[in-house]
Amino acid sequence: MIEVKNVSKSFNGIPVLKDINVLFEKGKTNLIIGQSGSGKTVLLKSIVGLHDIEIGQIIFDGVVFNELDFKKKKEMRKQIGMLFQGGALFDSATVEENVMYPLDMFTEKSHEEKRERVNECLTRVNIVNANKLFPAEISGGMQKRVAIARAIALNPKYLFCDEPNSGLDPQTAILIDNLIKEITEEYNMTTIVNTHDMNSVMEIGDKVMFIYKGEKWWEGTRDGIFDSENKELNEFIFASKLSQKIRDLKNLH
Amino acid sequence: MGLFYHIGKYFVLLSRVFSKPEKLKIYYRETIKEIDKLGLNSIGIVAIISVFMGAVITIQTAYNTENPIYPKYLIGLTARDTLLLEFSSTIVALILAGKIGSNIASEIGTMRVTEQIDALEIMGVNSASYLILPKIIGSVIFAPFLTLMSMIIGIFGGWLAGISTGVMTTQDYIYGIQYAFIPYYIVYAVIKIAIFAFLITTISAYHGYYSYGGSLEVGKSSTKAVVNSSIFILLFNVILTQLLLS
Repeated sequence: MIEVKNVSKSFNGIPVLKDINVLFEKGKTNLIIGQSGSGKTVLLKSIVGLHDIEIGQIIFDGVVFNELDFKKKKEMRKQIGMLFQGGALFDSATVEENVMYPLDMFTEKSHEEKRERVNECLTRVNIVNANKLFPAEISGGMQKRVAIARAIALNPKYLFCDEPNSGLDPQTAILIDNLIKEITEEYNMTTIVNTHDMNSVMEIGDKVMFIYKGEKWWEGTRDGIFDSENKELNEFIFASKLSQKIRDLKNLH
Repeated sequence: MGLFYHIGKYFVLLSRVFSKPEKLKIYYRETIKEIDKLGLNSIGIVAIISVFMGAVITIQTAYNTENPIYPKYLIGLTARDTLLLEFSSTIVALILAGKIGSNIASEIGTMRVTEQIDALEIMGVNSASYLILPKIIGSVIFAPFLTLMSMIIGIFGGWLAGISTGVMTTQDYIYGIQYAFIPYYIVYAVIKIAIFAFLITTISAYHGYYSYGGSLEVGKSSTKAVVNSSIFILLFNVILTQLLLS
């Protein structure tokens, strides 16, 4: 469980996050949705400590993460897996080396044991016969899956995904979404996903938080999202012609 | 103010670079890779430059000492001392600033803008230490070998130019390079290149590590890395010369 309490953050005096309060539950896929520039990525990076917050607390299962010293924060981060927007795989390393990296760095396992774990993780994300390929030699969807495999290599308690399906075709995007949801349930992790894709909301959104101009504007479940009377949220979810038609059809019935 | 800000930030980065490594075995492996990438791959360019440096010094010295009052061995002596005292350390360092400085800044800068450094941080890895320390160790260890190699090849280049243009004989040249030899000059050059290598690596890494934005900014960081490394090499050249030779 991750609790965000009264978090504010600004860049050069310009507020980007304003008094955010939210609870992300364990074993569930928690979604942060909002327009581009609304502060989603800043919030996610603030939670994992890549940005320092000015006010508030980030609490990981009772531990105030943002108040830990550098050494303790480093220790805590071993329990965190993150999937970045572009995958962030190491260019100069093969698929196998990428997934093996956290194992190399933080475990004393033998090479064979590490290899076994790598193959286990790669199989889990449906990557086969790609161990020796470099990130540049595989597709965007495969890169995201390898990044997920790397993120889960150390059995993390927390998984963060920053726009996991950006730049992917709708079918691959759904595959990635479902993979994140399955892994969350399998490993009983606290997962937070940043997205502006409404398909993701409908596929995996156990809990949804809508952020607007740096403020929490709405919070609820994917079922409740369409019944909301929040103007900004409605403008966001019914932005496309397709979703507007679906809404009109729903209203007709 | 900007200068002090960058100097402060540079030392903060260095304090992170020199903190205890997560796993020595991995750092050792990375250092070997860096020696190969930054050191061994620079042998070719250093060799080529050294041959021509030695050749030009020989020809210029011969041209300026045509008067019979100057002994012919002066050409070899000048070539030796110029290479040992200045060219094989400072000029080689300036060449390395262009070659490995831009390489380091663009490599780390690209890792920054593609969030690979963030990925390391999230895993709990001290990214500054992991990425920069092996480069510092690799270049500081290997750069003195490049300088020693440059001295030998430069002196050979001088001999080659001298005998092929007929400005002196092999005997004169060999006598010149042995005449009044001070071994401390080699120590002086090695100390200088080790410090220059440290400056090149850390300044370039600093520019790469704090890159932001996209490919354009990485290119700018790379340029800044080469320019600032070169300026600091020249500045420290004066300081070290005063400290070590006065």
